[in-house]
Amino acid sequence: MSDLERDPSPDGIGRRRFLGYVMAAPTLATAAKLSVAPSAHGAVTPQPTDFLDLNDMMTVAALPTSHLITVQVHTDGTVSFALPRAEVGQGITTSSAMLIAEELDVPLERVRVTLADARPELVFNQLTGGSNTTIATYTPIRVAAAIARLRLLAAAASELGVRASDLTLRDGIVRAPGHDGLDIGRLATAAASTRTEEVRVGLKPRQDFAVIGTARNRVDALAAVTGRKVFAMDLQVPDALPTMVCRAPTLNGTVRSVANLAQVAAMPGVTDVVPVSTGVAVRARTFGQCIDAVRALEVSWRPGSAEGKSDESVIADLRRAELPIGALPLTPTVDERFTFHFRSNSALETNCAVADVRGGRAEIWSSLKSPIVARQKIAARLGLPLHAVTVHVTEGGGSFGRRLFFDAALEAAEISQKMGKPVKLMWHRADDSRQGRTHPMALSRVRASYLGSSVLRFTQVHTSVATDLGHGLGEIITAMAASLPVGDSAFSQVFFQLSQTMPYEFGVSNRLLNETDKSFNTGSMRNVYSPDMTCARELVVDKLAARMHKDPYQLRRASLRTDRARAVLDKVAEVGSWGRRLPAGVAQGIAFHDEYRAVSAVLVELDCRPETVGRQIRDAVTGPRVTKAVVAVDVGLPVNPRGLEAQMMGCLMDGIALALTSSLHLRDGHFLEASWDNYFYTRQWNTPPDLQIIVMPPTSDEPGGAGELGVAASMAAVACAYARATGTMPTTFPINHGTLSFEPKPAVPPIPQSPTDGLDHVR
Amino acid sequence: MPEHTFRLNGHQVSVDVEDDVRLLWVLRDVLGVTGPKYGCGINVCKACTSHLNGTAFNPCAVPVKDLGPNDEVTTIEGLPATVGRALHPMQEAWLEADVAQCGYCQPGQIMAAVALVRRVAAEGREITDDDLDTIRNICRCGTYPRIRQAIRAASAQM
Repeated sequence: MSDLERDPSPDGIGRRRFLGYVMAAPTLATAAKLSVAPSAHGAVTPQPTDFLDLNDMMTVAALPTSHLITVQVHTDGTVSFALPRAEVGQGITTSSAMLIAEELDVPLERVRVTLADARPELVFNQLTGGSNTTIATYTPIRVAAAIARLRLLAAAASELGVRASDLTLRDGIVRAPGHDGLDIGRLATAAASTRTEEVRVGLKPRQDFAVIGTARNRVDALAAVTGRKVFAMDLQVPDALPTMVCRAPTLNGTVRSVANLAQVAAMPGVTDVVPVSTGVAVRARTFGQCIDAVRALEVSWRPGSAEGKSDESVIADLRRAELPIGALPLTPTVDERFTFHFRSNSALETNCAVADVRGGRAEIWSSLKSPIVARQKIAARLGLPLHAVTVHVTEGGGSFGRRLFFDAALEAAEISQKMGKPVKLMWHRADDSRQGRTHPMALSRVRASYLGSSVLRFTQVHTSVATDLGHGLGEIITAMAASLPVGDSAFSQVFFQLSQTMPYEFGVSNRLLNETDKSFNTGSMRNVYSPDMTCARELVVDKLAARMHKDPYQLRRASLRTDRARAVLDKVAEVGSWGRRLPAGVAQGIAFHDEYRAVSAVLVELDCRPETVGRQIRDAVTGPRVTKAVVAVDVGLPVNPRGLEAQMMGCLMDGIALALTSSLHLRDGHFLEASWDNYFYTRQWNTPPDLQIIVMPPTSDEPGGAGELGVAASMAAVACAYARATGTMPTTFPINHGTLSFEPKPAVPPIPQSPTDGLDHVR
Repeated sequence: MPEHTFRLNGHQVSVDVEDDVRLLWVLRDVLGVTGPKYGCGINVCKACTSHLNGTAFNPCAVPVKDLGPNDEVTTIEGLPATVGRALHPMQEAWLEADVAQCGYCQPGQIMAAVALVRRVAAEGREITDDDLDTIRNICRCGTYPRIRQAIRAASAQM
């Protein structure tokens, strides 16, 4: 078949056609106009997520502006695309490059995906969150690439004097019988248009895919392993000197006065010391000298936003805010309440940004998942018109929800303006952990009533410290909320109802959220409400199974609503040998979660024997160890299975930490954790030596979301295994929260000095 | 300001900076060598792991005055040259396993891994799960299983 047969005449039948643009440009540039909301998935019991889930809302919200996604072909034969999203490790530059390579028939190595600056004209379409990137861009990127391919073929036909139908385009080279191959780079100018015009194009059918669905390595892997990948703090912006902030000993405390500003300003390397809204900023030749200056500052502080509060007082507040769960039914019930402590979404790259605010203009560099809102807020803070503010999106060293906000970018802009100099602002790890955003503490109460072997009713009442969604996702929700089948238009209510599902046929099921207390720095953390909600739900499912004398896997299997769901559950049960004999103190746990148009199941084996729990590693929490994990995932259409496996691996590590080890302790208005040896995210000694991740074959023509999908079921499976291994269902998470496993660092000065004994073990 | 001289990735370098400035900042802020990353500044996260005379160390915990003119500092940028190749076998194994996610911790992970494999080899034995459990480097993306896979593969090539 010739290549043009893939694109029948406009009146051809049986092939869906998409509208796009050829743009006026010196070399070929094409753009997608149309974004298509994925079709609704089938369901048995109607619930809000059956009509429209969070991803529908985000995709629909993005519709009017998706035509601005542009693919460019260059004379050197490369293809470039500025992705209006943030790459923070989730692999979307790679998967986006794969979509272009597929539709344009160019080698993946020739596609360069960069991150677009903040583009306010994109309105809703530059927010990286809700695992929505691939769902929302899958069609528009391919449409733009397919139009580029058509234009290249037409240009080649003209150049060679042959009919376009006699041409093929493979691996970036156009071929015709009797002619030498013609590289697309040589056609990039001829294929360009002097005016912008609409084009209709068909897309490659799934059975012809040669790139999408194949396992590919990350496009930035070489840069990462050679140290050449550039993060914000690696940028060499002229005169942007290292800058840090001396912060209050309690959350969000502010400066009353500084006793020794002039002395600190005279310290070695220090160029500027300036009080700002969040503390006292210091700028110096090196970050080491910033640390010295921050530690030397004598600051009198005003109270913070959470003065006097501690874990116990917040739990008591949450109990008071809990909505009634209703009258006790006459049938047997399981009634449980779970506590989920504050957790940190701090990434390894701390909050950071470069800012140059001088002469009535501002230029900012930072890893930003909501750059449009960041730009608006920065302009407002600086008192500058929007057009005077440029916001560049840099590669991010992790996000986990943290980069939905732009705390460092806003702070750097303020500091640069006040100093009148460019700054390279970096938060110290201690600040990032103590003053950075957190996953809010929550209580989840679950009541399930049953009779015989049927669950009649399943109610979950979730009460949480307020989650700050004021990063632009809120704007989308505001815009869309009126048309949604939910009663309350508050951001978090809509988000909650759209993201939470009941995957089991458990009679009448409902979920309620109440949020309280806005005194904390919170935000969405990877998978947002779902890990806590799912962990509580799955523990109760296990308890129901025990009461009804059913096998926990079989109860889930019989109750799941879809074949896709049963398939992943069956897969982990089969591969993980559910029910196999294990020594006393070692047990399996199995759990399920669906979200982002995808389904996931996790089976783990957890070793809670004393010799394992009691392993001694300095400054570490060892504890129970997941010795084996099996994860099965069906995302509809996996674009890059290797990248998807990587995301599930990370989700599993997050789930293990959430269940067993990682939390923040709130004491007297501040968090104690100031180090990675205080906040116990999963370390090598906590990882499962045996891990299998199964990417299910495609079940759809559309990709689902993947970046957060595996966290909930992972956390839940570990919790369920812990209950089985120890004979006690855990009700407080992480399970080690009651033991403070470190000596808290002082809060004044707010950051620790760097050690000087680094050579002791080397020489 | 005092001058400090040491060897960096095969070249002699001199810097004018106060004695107590930790080497991490000398590398990053003064010399513009950005492969070693900041993750904590207190020798915990290990994101800045580099080699001093072939042994893993953390520049965030070393005042620059502790280095002598003959001390050889190797950062990720200088690792391939230590084996006279475009990439060190550990980096190749990393690519083969597609280990990196965000990539921020990866230079430190690779430098720590090379040192670990050398140490285990010097003891005349194969790398074990217990050896891999001793790696303290944080990877907040959770690439730990692929790190283990890559180290095992590279240990056969080193």
